[in-house]
Amino acid sequence: MAADTVKPVPRRHKNGDYFKKTIAYLFLVCGAIVMAVPFLWMLSTSLKEPGVVFEMPPEWIPETIIWDNYKLVVTESNLLGGFLNTLAVTLPPTIVGLFASAIAAYAFARMQFPGKNAFFMALLATMMIPGVVLMVPSFILYKYLGWIDSWKPLIIPGMFGAAGTVFFLRQFFKTIPSELEDAAKIDGLSPFGIFVRIMLPLSKPALATQAIFGFLGGYNDYMGPLIYLNSPEKYTLQLVLATFQDNYNAEWTLIMAGSVLALIPTIVLFFFAQKYFVEGITMTGMKG
Amino acid sequence: MAHSHSTNIAAARAGRRFKKDYFWAYLFISAPIIGFMIFGFIPICYSVYISFTKFDGFSSPELNGLDNYRLLFEDPLMRKTTANTFYAALGIPIGMAISLGIAIALNQKIAGIHFFRTAFFLPAISSVVALTLLWKWVFNSDFGILNQLLGYVGITGPAWLNEEAWAMPAMIIQGVWGGLGFNMVLYLAALQGVPSTLYEAAEIDGAGVMQKFRFITIPGISPTTFFIVVTSIIGALQDFVRFRIMTGGGPNFSTMTVVYYLFENAFRYMNMGFASAMAWVLGIVIIAA
Repeated sequence: MAADTVKPVPRRHKNGDYFKKTIAYLFLVCGAIVMAVPFLWMLSTSLKEPGVVFEMPPEWIPETIIWDNYKLVVTESNLLGGFLNTLAVTLPPTIVGLFASAIAAYAFARMQFPGKNAFFMALLATMMIPGVVLMVPSFILYKYLGWIDSWKPLIIPGMFGAAGTVFFLRQFFKTIPSELEDAAKIDGLSPFGIFVRIMLPLSKPALATQAIFGFLGGYNDYMGPLIYLNSPEKYTLQLVLATFQDNYNAEWTLIMAGSVLALIPTIVLFFFAQKYFVEGITMTGMKG
Repeated sequence: MAHSHSTNIAAARAGRRFKKDYFWAYLFISAPIIGFMIFGFIPICYSVYISFTKFDGFSSPELNGLDNYRLLFEDPLMRKTTANTFYAALGIPIGMAISLGIAIALNQKIAGIHFFRTAFFLPAISSVVALTLLWKWVFNSDFGILNQLLGYVGITGPAWLNEEAWAMPAMIIQGVWGGLGFNMVLYLAALQGVPSTLYEAAEIDGAGVMQKFRFITIPGISPTTFFIVVTSIIGALQDFVRFRIMTGGGPNFSTMTVVYYLFENAFRYMNMGFASAMAWVLGIVIIAA
């Protein structure tokens, strides 16, 4: 009997497996090429002399590599200033907003209070409201508050937290065993103390995921700055980049150099935090 | 009596402790709730009112009844941009099919899964502005890489973004390319969640590849499919930035989406009342989806 269980399972499908894997590789390699070609084309264009771009057939690796495009874009345009502006409008709501969302999520996950479900439903309802409905009235509100052409509309509302983050973190907090909390309660720690000293340190991966998504959303945001900012010196990176179209009319070498520079921070972030991206997306997908 | 007295005291004590806990709880949830009141609830209510007025954003709004909503159904551009939005949504099933294919291929215990996943996912984290500028250059009729590659196989490519017939297909191509990674990650997670015992049982029963796909894979991943369909429709109904940068809505409004038209009405023509009515109709469609 024992020998029976040790006996290797006959691999009937071995040839079929090879066939399947070959097809899979073929499909993936073709796909990866389709994905990569535009990016490589962007990189290649950004390193060319302006005239060379219009030569046929195109050179994939430019004969003379021109780094000057990058130098020109950085010194001539406000790309660097835009980058700093982006950090200024993205980091405060990401950090403060995450804290506000997390502490609310903790209350919803672990504390009992009258009206809890009603408040939670109200928050969930905000997730259902499409952004387009808010576009016009938000603008009117910010105009009334005198916030137009300032960074305030981009910073302040985000500091109050986001319904999606509350929901995500609430799910996460529910998975943390409550023994630690009970022990802390007996030791006389206040709810705030429990949250800061026990829950937050246990939730670093979930918080990191939300922080990354928050930062990415702010960094890549175009619509908000487009609606609220008028003065070029206040422009965020994405707005500055969008003006390249008009300012560098058909100078594709410079437009592509600027685009490459704008992509670098997010790509670096992605490589360092890849697992958080994947986890974050699959977790939001699973709730559906 | 003594017994019930002591339980009363205990209950009162517990009540006080609970009240203190309530205080903390309300304090903890206050920021998102207050934020929602100020930046969500009040603007939303105001927007309902604005949608029944003529309002340029500066002078005070004048009530005009259902005029804005009536205009929605009479405005030919409204009809055109709605049709455009549905046309653009053709990219959803195409993109879903391809990303499912990629996810299945990646699920064959393949070497280099990280490399492939990164390659497909890169657009999902990239700036829409940068990607759109990039594709504008790719679609360039004379010097863009797409027409050059088509030239190698003997096809004279169209002037993509400058031709009314080809501008929207170009936007669909770019949209599918950009959206693959996100859906692929979701599908891959879903595929990994389908119990392998089901496949083994089916194999014993002599099921073929297609049968397994049809009767195990598709039902197994259907919640994810549903999620992707819903989020993609919501995304497509609000798709705007890449159209604004790539084509400016042209040529001849052939790539102007509903949200783009809404934006133009609100912030260019200053028809904030009409734009709010549009937003509500669109919003209700989205919520219904």
